[in-house]
Amino acid sequence: MNPTDKTKKNFTGTQNYIATDDLQLAVNAAMTLQKPLLIKGEPGTGKTLLAEEVAESLGMPLITWHIKSTTKAEQGLYEYDAVSRLRDSQLGDDKVYEIGNYIKPGKLWEAFTSNERSVLLIDEIDKADIEFPNDLLHELDKMSFYVYETGETITAEQRPVVIITSNNEKELPDAFLRRCFFHYIDFPEEATMRQIIEVHFPKIQEKLVNDALDIFYTLRSIQGLKKPPSTSELVDWLTLLLADDMAQAELEENLRGEKSIPPLYGALLKNEADVSLLQRFANMMRR
Amino acid sequence: MFIKLFYTLRTYGIPVSTRELLDLNAALDQGLMMQPHPDNLELTTFANREDMYRLIRLCMVKDERHFDKFDRAMADYFEGVDSLEMDELLAKLTDIPKEWLDLKLDPKSLTDEQRRLLKKYGSLEELMKALEERLKEQKERHQGGSKWIGTGGTSPFGAYGDHPEGVRVGGESRKRSAAKVWEQRKYRNLDDDNQLGTRQIQMALRNLRQFARTGSADELDIYETIKRTAKKGVLDIQMQAERRNRVKVLMLFDVGGSMDIHVEAIEKLFSAAKNEFKMLEFFYFHNCLYDYVWRDNNRRHSAPIPTFELLNTYGREYRVIFVGDASMSPYELMTVGGSVEYMNSEAGIVWLKRVLAHFDKVAWLNPENPDYWQYTQTIVEIKKLFDNKMYPMTLHGVEEMTSYMAR
Repeated sequence: MNPTDKTKKNFTGTQNYIATDDLQLAVNAAMTLQKPLLIKGEPGTGKTLLAEEVAESLGMPLITWHIKSTTKAEQGLYEYDAVSRLRDSQLGDDKVYEIGNYIKPGKLWEAFTSNERSVLLIDEIDKADIEFPNDLLHELDKMSFYVYETGETITAEQRPVVIITSNNEKELPDAFLRRCFFHYIDFPEEATMRQIIEVHFPKIQEKLVNDALDIFYTLRSIQGLKKPPSTSELVDWLTLLLADDMAQAELEENLRGEKSIPPLYGALLKNEADVSLLQRFANMMRR
Repeated sequence: MFIKLFYTLRTYGIPVSTRELLDLNAALDQGLMMQPHPDNLELTTFANREDMYRLIRLCMVKDERHFDKFDRAMADYFEGVDSLEMDELLAKLTDIPKEWLDLKLDPKSLTDEQRRLLKKYGSLEELMKALEERLKEQKERHQGGSKWIGTGGTSPFGAYGDHPEGVRVGGESRKRSAAKVWEQRKYRNLDDDNQLGTRQIQMALRNLRQFARTGSADELDIYETIKRTAKKGVLDIQMQAERRNRVKVLMLFDVGGSMDIHVEAIEKLFSAAKNEFKMLEFFYFHNCLYDYVWRDNNRRHSAPIPTFELLNTYGREYRVIFVGDASMSPYELMTVGGSVEYMNSEAGIVWLKRVLAHFDKVAWLNPENPDYWQYTQTIVEIKKLFDNKMYPMTLHGVEEMTSYMAR
C-alpha cells in the first residue's frame, strides 16, 4: 500500500490528552491492522480516558462496555429475555409471537451495526470471570457472531476500533493476548507530567508545580503503598491546592521539613493504611 | 522477514508465536513505518530505529513482565551483544569452569568419626570468608581432597561431598545438608498441568469452601417461584444470586534445595489447588520466608516482591498455606544474615511471626515424613511457632488442614 493513499486521520493526542509517541503508534497500528488494542498500566494513568479521546479526536462514536465481576461474554452480544416473554404469554400479549422482541442487543452488537466506524471500549476486562476473554475470541477476531434464537448472523460492516483496558487483576489467556496489540502505559516521567499539568491548569505558577511534583514523586517512591498516587490524584490535589492559599503555605513548610505530612493529603492517598505508612515514613525521615 | 528476530526473542524466553510474526509483517506492509515526505513522494523514508523498536514491541510482546527480556533481546538483535547471562547475580562464581564440578568420583560415605574429625567451621561468616579466600586461591579443577572446591571431596565447598556444614557449588543435592545453593537456574516452576492423582487431593481441598450467594440475581429460584405463583395465580418469577465459593487462599511454596525430591508431590497439590480455588494467589520462597517472595520462579531475581507488599495486599481473611519441608540450617531461621541467598536484615522467624500475626488462619503443609519431624530442629521450632498447625502432605493431612481452615 502506498502510504500517501492514507486519507484517514491519525491519532496524535488531543488538547486535553497528552499521548506519548509510542501510545500514538500503538493506537494507529491497531486502527490500521484492525486489531484490538489491549492497554495496561497503573490505575490513574488514563487508560479509560484514552478511548474517549481517540473517539473524540477522530470524530467517531464511543461505545463503552464496563465489565464487572458478574458480566458474561454473551451480554456483550445480546440477551434473550425469556422471563418477560413468559410473562407476556401469561398476559396474552401478541408481542410474544415474535422472538425478536425479546432479543436485546449488547454493546458489541451496537458497535458492529453502527453506521459509521466506532470506538468500542471494553473497560477493565480483568474484572470479569477467568473464562470471559476466551468467550470473546471469535467475536473479536472475525467481528461477527451468530444469534441462535433468530438464526441471523451479525457481522461488522465497519470494524470498530476496539480498545480494551486491564488493571492486571487477572492474567489474560494467551489465545486472547495473541489476538491483540499490547501497550503498557508507563507512569509519566516528570517532563510528560509537566505537560499534563499544563493541559489541565494553563495558568498555574511554576513554583507550585515544582513543589507539588517534588512531594508527589517522593510519595510515589515510598515502598509498600497500597495505592501509590497517580496522575488523576495529582490533578485532583493540584485543584484543591489552587483553591486554598493556606495549603500552599503549608506545602512549603512540608518541603522544608517542618511539617511531616503534605497538606490535603487525602486527595493523594485514598487508604488509611497508606496514610499511616506515610506518617511512619515521615517520622523516619526526620530522625 | 524478521525470522532471526523471531528466534532471538524466543531464545530470550518471550512467548511469541507465528501469529505475532505475521502481524509485524502485516504492520510493515501497511506502511506504518513509512514517513512520507511532505512535498516529494519519492523521498518517503523508513522510520527511525526507535519507532521500529516500539512497533516490534507492540506486536510481539503481550505482557509488561516480558519488557525487560525484550529489551535485552533487542540489544542482542540490533547490536549483536549477547546479554543472556547479564542477570546472573553470582556471575563471578559461574566463572568456575563447568568441568571442575562434573561428577567423577562416587560420593564418599564417611563414618561418624571421620565426620567429626572434619574441621567444623564455627560460624556462617567464617564459612563464607573461607570460601571467598579459597575462590581467590583456586586456579584449577579439583576432585576429592579436603580443601579445594570440586566434587566428591570433604572440603566444605563443592558438590557431592560430605561436610556437615558445607556450601554446595553446582550439582544436584545428594546429602541435603548444604547451606548454600549456587546454581541459579536449577529451580523449576511448579507445573500445574499434572492432572493425574490430583483429583483426590482436590476432593480433600474441597472441604475448604465458604459458600455465599453474591453477585446479580440471575438464577431461577424454583422454590420461591412456585410458592409465589401459587399465591398469586399468575406466573411470578423469582430470581436469586448464584452460589459461589468465596474462600480466598494464599499459598507460599518453598522451592529448590531440599525440596527438589518432593517436586512431584507438590506439583499435584498445586494442580489440585489451582483447579479448586478461584481466588488462589501463590508465591515462592526459598527455604525460609524473608523480605522477598516471587511469583514466577524463572524470574525470581528480576522480579522479587517485597513480603511487606504481600501483607499489605492480602487481607486477613485470606487462608495462608505454607508448603515446605521446614528443614533448614538453624541459621536460616534464627539469625540475621542467615539466608542462603542474600544478606537478610531480619531473621526468617521474624517474618513468619509477621505472617502469623496478620492472617486469621495460617497452616504449614510438610511433605517430609512426620515420623522424622522431631529429629529436625527447625521443623520442631516452626511447628511450635505455628501452634501445631503443621500437617503432613498426605491425603489425611490435607483433610485435617482444610477442616481447621474452614472453621
